[in-house]
Amino acid sequence: MSAAPQKAKAGAEKIDVTVSAVVPLNDLVTRFEFTRNDGQRFPTFSAGAHTVVHMNDGGTPRLNPYSLMSDPADTGTYAISVRRDDQGRGGSLFMHQNVKVGDQMEITYPVNLFSLDLRAKKHVFLAGGIGITPFMAMIAQLERSNGNWELHYSVRTEALGTYVDQLTYKYPNKVHIYYDDQKQGIALEDLLDGQPLGTNVYVCGPKGMIDWVHATASAAGWPDANVHSEEFTAPQPGKPFEVRLCKSDKTITVGENESLLEAMEREGVDAPFLCRGGACGQCETDVVSSDGEFIHRDHWLEPEDHGKKIMPCVSRFVGKSLEIDR
Amino acid sequence: MSKFQFPESIKSRPVYGTLEPRPGKYHLMIADAEGAEAILDIAAADPSIMAKTHIIYIPRGTDFGAKLRALNPAQYYEGPSYAASVTRIQRVLQDAHMGTQVYLTGTEGLMGQAQNECMQAGIPHTAIQTEHRGSVARRMQCVHCKGITEDVETDPFVCSHCGLNLFVRDHYSRRLAAFQGVCIDAEDPGNVPEAVELYK
Repeated sequence: MSAAPQKAKAGAEKIDVTVSAVVPLNDLVTRFEFTRNDGQRFPTFSAGAHTVVHMNDGGTPRLNPYSLMSDPADTGTYAISVRRDDQGRGGSLFMHQNVKVGDQMEITYPVNLFSLDLRAKKHVFLAGGIGITPFMAMIAQLERSNGNWELHYSVRTEALGTYVDQLTYKYPNKVHIYYDDQKQGIALEDLLDGQPLGTNVYVCGPKGMIDWVHATASAAGWPDANVHSEEFTAPQPGKPFEVRLCKSDKTITVGENESLLEAMEREGVDAPFLCRGGACGQCETDVVSSDGEFIHRDHWLEPEDHGKKIMPCVSRFVGKSLEIDR
Repeated sequence: MSKFQFPESIKSRPVYGTLEPRPGKYHLMIADAEGAEAILDIAAADPSIMAKTHIIYIPRGTDFGAKLRALNPAQYYEGPSYAASVTRIQRVLQDAHMGTQVYLTGTEGLMGQAQNECMQAGIPHTAIQTEHRGSVARRMQCVHCKGITEDVETDPFVCSHCGLNLFVRDHYSRRLAAFQGVCIDAEDPGNVPEAVELYK
């Protein structure tokens, strides 16, 4: 048991907020800014932290994690930038289509799964597309402490280069932009070669980019501890399945378009969670018995734990029976 | 026989492994005495890494020097003592880049002190390979006067600085690269158990 005070409810503590600004940045990305309803300051956060935004989409609750991209020193406002995913489950579409200035929402206290290693002699940021968001906060934090950083940011086109203008204007010598449509790419091997000892690399972007950075750095002899990444997975739809919750003494059915975690919440089971994206490990649940195949989609469990444990936020099951310890 | 199986101990006590060749742009191997044998083993496992390897070796009375030189490393340095070699280690680390693999082997004192230099240069200790070879003597810090006594072979022992009789603990400091020695006869001065060789 950790020394931290035990919370009565699952998930991080929530803050009631009002949407104070909605700023469309380009065709796909919009920034949302929040202020607190109680007039207090927001808690300071460490750059790289995310918040889980609670949405009420016509009665369907949607809880999506978004990186806080505002300056961590600004406790008056929190800001997130949301990329619209037309093929997604609807959270980002809801934000883009329904959320207006003045709306009341709930967001959670910040949780950081992607923090800066402040022992690093140098920080190299690698961003792909909307993966720029945590680096906006990291850059703000490091600029205050005169940190040694550089950013390599890959975007599809000039029109979709979220925050490119702002970044290149403020930090012309530290920011390097690569445009996919101009056949530009990060020359990663050359970039990693010759970095001073104590350099840390951070990557946020599509899964392929994250895997590429880890593999290239490992092959060049970089310690794993110096390569940081963050990837949130949205739960994917799948065939409905039945699951027995032995502690709650309930048998529930997980629908096609909901996650196991969401199905438990729908049934009133207070299951733990933090990131809801397969990254933090908070919702890890023991499997009591199973007859079928697991679809593990998290970034948390070790391969040897597959089948013994499941992360209900993103993983599913196909088969005859499943019983979990919840 | 230069290998020794340390008994299980408290979490603080360092655990050493077996050196293995790892991918890297540059390899820094630091060894003393019988640690040379571990370098000979790793060179036999992958002779190709020697072209990118800098060996810093402190013989401490052994005669492995000619064999190490025959591995044809990119650079070879032999120093009379760790204290005489540490400025070279610091200089090498100052110029080193990411992708450097570090291999430490020999006595605990050598590995601990060299690891400390590497950590200060920005290499996480989890990324530094170590393999114990040779003497099991320890580098001890007296918790009372803070003086370091090198190559302690018995428990208890006499602090080489303040003269207290010190009990050898497994409690270890990575920062000091030393085990902790605590006065054994503080309650009853003069009542000191007979010194026995470590691990006997």
